[in-house]
Amino acid sequence: MLRKDLDIIHNWIAPKTRVLDLGCGDGALLQRLGREKQVSGYGLEIDPEQIQRCVERGVNVVEQNLDQGLGNFGDHSFDTVVMTQALQTLRFPHLVVDEMLRVGRECIITFPNFGQWKARWHLAFSGRMPVSDLLPYEWYDTPNIHFCTFRDFEVLCRQHNWQILHRQVVSESTTAGLLKDFLPNLFGETAIYHLTR
Amino acid sequence: MGLVEPKSHTFPGPFKLACGRVLDEYTLVYETYGTLNADRSNGVLICHALSGHHHAAGYHSLDDKRPGWWDSYIGSGKPIDTNKFYVVAVNNLGGCHGSTGPASINPATGKPWGPDFPPLRARDWVHSQAQLADHLGIEQWAAVVGGSLGGMQAMRWALEYPERLRHCVVIASAMKLSAQNIAFNETARQAITSDPDFRDGRYLEEETLPRHGLAVARMIGHITYLSDDGLGKKFGRELRSGTFEQGVEELVEFQVQSYLRYQGDSFSSSFDPNTYILMTRALDYFDLAREYDHDPVKAFAHARCKFLLVSFTSDWRFAPERSREIADALMHANKAVTYAEVESAMGHDAFLLPNARYENIFAAYMNNVAAEQNNGGGDVA
Repeated sequence: MLRKDLDIIHNWIAPKTRVLDLGCGDGALLQRLGREKQVSGYGLEIDPEQIQRCVERGVNVVEQNLDQGLGNFGDHSFDTVVMTQALQTLRFPHLVVDEMLRVGRECIITFPNFGQWKARWHLAFSGRMPVSDLLPYEWYDTPNIHFCTFRDFEVLCRQHNWQILHRQVVSESTTAGLLKDFLPNLFGETAIYHLTR
Repeated sequence: MGLVEPKSHTFPGPFKLACGRVLDEYTLVYETYGTLNADRSNGVLICHALSGHHHAAGYHSLDDKRPGWWDSYIGSGKPIDTNKFYVVAVNNLGGCHGSTGPASINPATGKPWGPDFPPLRARDWVHSQAQLADHLGIEQWAAVVGGSLGGMQAMRWALEYPERLRHCVVIASAMKLSAQNIAFNETARQAITSDPDFRDGRYLEEETLPRHGLAVARMIGHITYLSDDGLGKKFGRELRSGTFEQGVEELVEFQVQSYLRYQGDSFSSSFDPNTYILMTRALDYFDLAREYDHDPVKAFAHARCKFLLVSFTSDWRFAPERSREIADALMHANKAVTYAEVESAMGHDAFLLPNARYENIFAAYMNNVAAEQNNGGGDVA
């Protein structure tokens, strides 16, 4: 996860709350939340190497496949359920978001914007699926199977009556950084949404 | 680790058991590896499984062909690093490797206990291990560790003595056995008790030994500790002798047959049949949450330690699902838990065998346990 994303999520999570981090990667977010905000919780992950990193950091990590749902967690058993850069890898993203809002009072979701100008340019002019630094896979071997744009995601939120508490758009370069405030769906690289029901 | 020597200690009773009976005194045989640090905070207790004992690591003599049963995981530079920890491995009460058990002499009769030895539960082991901890001057274990039936004891420790352990490592275990599991244990017990040499369990007095029954019991167990895939890879349909050739009447023996027989025979010459019955019963009886309204979350609410859980994909006796139930209960109870599901074709036996991912996770976790100690840790969460 990028430093900027981490900072934003960190700010949105209240101290001493309970967090469930779906696809928690190397556990960096949970470790920081634990140290700086006394936040407790668990990370769910399926990649053995990432799980190993979590254990090395002393982060509570549980091996669990998100595609099999969150049926093992009770309603509102966490304050916040976080999922960073994993939405596009899920078999049924909309069902998982729905589950996140059942298990947590709020949820924070980040995903790469497929509507960003580079992706649009790539597809429009080369006629091939975009490959970038952020998404360095070919179409056939990518774990990213459900791409969406910011606009797509917000349509989904409206359809399900999910309330958007905050939205922050992140971009790496400074020029795009300024432009993203005016045309986020064209210039934003990553979106961070804070949702509730 | 090099040569190790068993020690033993006799504890004065009365020692009250879960069944209601009382032992006037009992002896535990144990081994220790590594050095107890000045503040006595680096103790790690190893709880053994059904057929285990106190000899978990190292060699007893230079002639030993094989080291202790968990030598892959205990020793210098291994996950349970004897440079950092003071490791205590005990032969459980009721065992047959030196601790008081059915093969010991009943002081009331002067004869072997045999079938009169009281039935034991995991909590009896835990209470006796706590007395051993007192004897060794260990107020609080850095970790209590166990696989299979050993994992059940480790979990029971977390509930019975929440202040006396900082970490609980539960490998390939379950909060209770399934009906299928109990069925396998019953079949194994029937194999032993139906051997004519069993003599209602008084075989020592009558100087017989239900060797054959115990061997069959072990064979049944052994098949279930391996996976279909694992057995297939190891033996396939390879023949040891005989032929399928038509016109030649020579019965075949598959490799897997002779392997199983060897396993059964070598086990039955080193294990006490009454202990086997006692241990499998303790397994069947175990139900972590029975005394907590059958609610594992309520049970684990009493724990104060952190947990590491590991399961193996091809283990069908203590399937990953059983470990996931433990993880779920711990998360509901808001306890610190890490759970890994390790890929292995070795079935339940995987917990004893070398496996890179298992070693790495285990080592990383124990490394943090040791680091806490150096940072003056000692408080439970």
